[in-house]
Amino acid sequence: MTIRHHLSDSMMIAYAAGTLPEAFSLVVATHVSMCDDCRAQLGAFEAVGGAVLSSEPCAMAAGSLAATLARLEAPEAIRPPKPRGFFAGPLADYVGGDLETVRWKSLGNGVRQAILPTSKGASARLLYIPAGQAVPDHGHRGTELTLVLQGAFRDDTDRFGVGDLEVATEELEHTPIAEEGEPCICLAATDAPLRFNALLPRLLQPLFKI
Amino acid sequence: MLLDLDQISPINGAGNYPALWPLDHKRTKEAGKRQARVTVTAKETDWTERMLAVRDKQDRQAFAELFSHFAPRVKGFLIKAGSDASIAEDCAQDVMATVWRKAAQFDPSRASVATWVFTIARNRRIDIARRDRRPEPEDLPWASEDEPDQAEVYEAAQETNRLAAAIAELPEKQRILVQRAFYGDLSHSEIAAETGLPLGTIKSRIRLALDRLRQKMT
Repeated sequence: MTIRHHLSDSMMIAYAAGTLPEAFSLVVATHVSMCDDCRAQLGAFEAVGGAVLSSEPCAMAAGSLAATLARLEAPEAIRPPKPRGFFAGPLADYVGGDLETVRWKSLGNGVRQAILPTSKGASARLLYIPAGQAVPDHGHRGTELTLVLQGAFRDDTDRFGVGDLEVATEELEHTPIAEEGEPCICLAATDAPLRFNALLPRLLQPLFKI
Repeated sequence: MLLDLDQISPINGAGNYPALWPLDHKRTKEAGKRQARVTVTAKETDWTERMLAVRDKQDRQAFAELFSHFAPRVKGFLIKAGSDASIAEDCAQDVMATVWRKAAQFDPSRASVATWVFTIARNRRIDIARRDRRPEPEDLPWASEDEPDQAEVYEAAQETNRLAAAIAELPEKQRILVQRAFYGDLSHSEIAAETGLPLGTIKSRIRLALDRLRQKMT
């Protein structure tokens, strides 16, 4: 697996700083779980956080050390990492299990989606696109992150395989199509509202030029 | 890190920080302050040793020394991130208690103590700001039974120091934006980032450690 499309630095700085909406954080954490390059880059940005943290001390109240010593609990042992299933760790937590536990909803033409529970501000969902099919709902209002978990898709810009992450902004109009071979499964997150009502009539068309 | 100042609305601009970010005529004083900032963090390896004493021996004296250094920094960080002083005080204590509780996860060849404390403080800041979950990358079995490479431990320990110096040398506007990004004051679309800080060596070091780890795992 060679990952060619990575996280942007600004997205990773926001993740390191803890300011991304939850749905985007899920995509970042999942990509980082699959991509050692981005894991290393994230470590470098967190080191910047360490330097920023170190720069502006503010005196603690009297007695704070004693108060903290009094509340120390027994240290936690390291838990061995769970064996990887289809989904990387952070995503498996959101799905609540492995691929067979996903509760897909049909969008027609064999395309399925499953919304994952995240807080307001952005939404996350899994997409299942049969080989050769177009990816639905590709008008973007806002930013959309799409991470490939299985298979691959192509659009006007490039090919996206397992581990690749596409960042689509409002300017990008495209018609991603799943490659022939196996079905394409993606994790997608957007900070624009999902448009369910508009989606169904459009699904009657073979291709979606929204 | 080059952040595009023009992307940010004037209301969030540097003008909000008059007391902290002196204008040009106060340059001399500012330079003195920067010097002080660099020397304060000059003993990163000592913090690593104390953190290992906490991790391996539950050494309370070492914890007390870590506390005296890092608790005020965590508190300052949380205040900059928008907490009021009493919440920041309480949360800084909480962060330091977490440092003790999660000490087993500290790996000195991955990150300096400052970086590790930052990640704990950041997670606490997210808890304060909103009730979101923050999904974390899959954990790797980093801390193996092998002794970590001392040269790597030294490198990781020095990083905070070097980065603090590099941040201090950035042009003022850029420095403020880097700090604001990490105080959680900018959204991802406001961070137009290109790395102007010397992050390449840090990334390479972590990348090599990951390669070794992957080899061991297969």
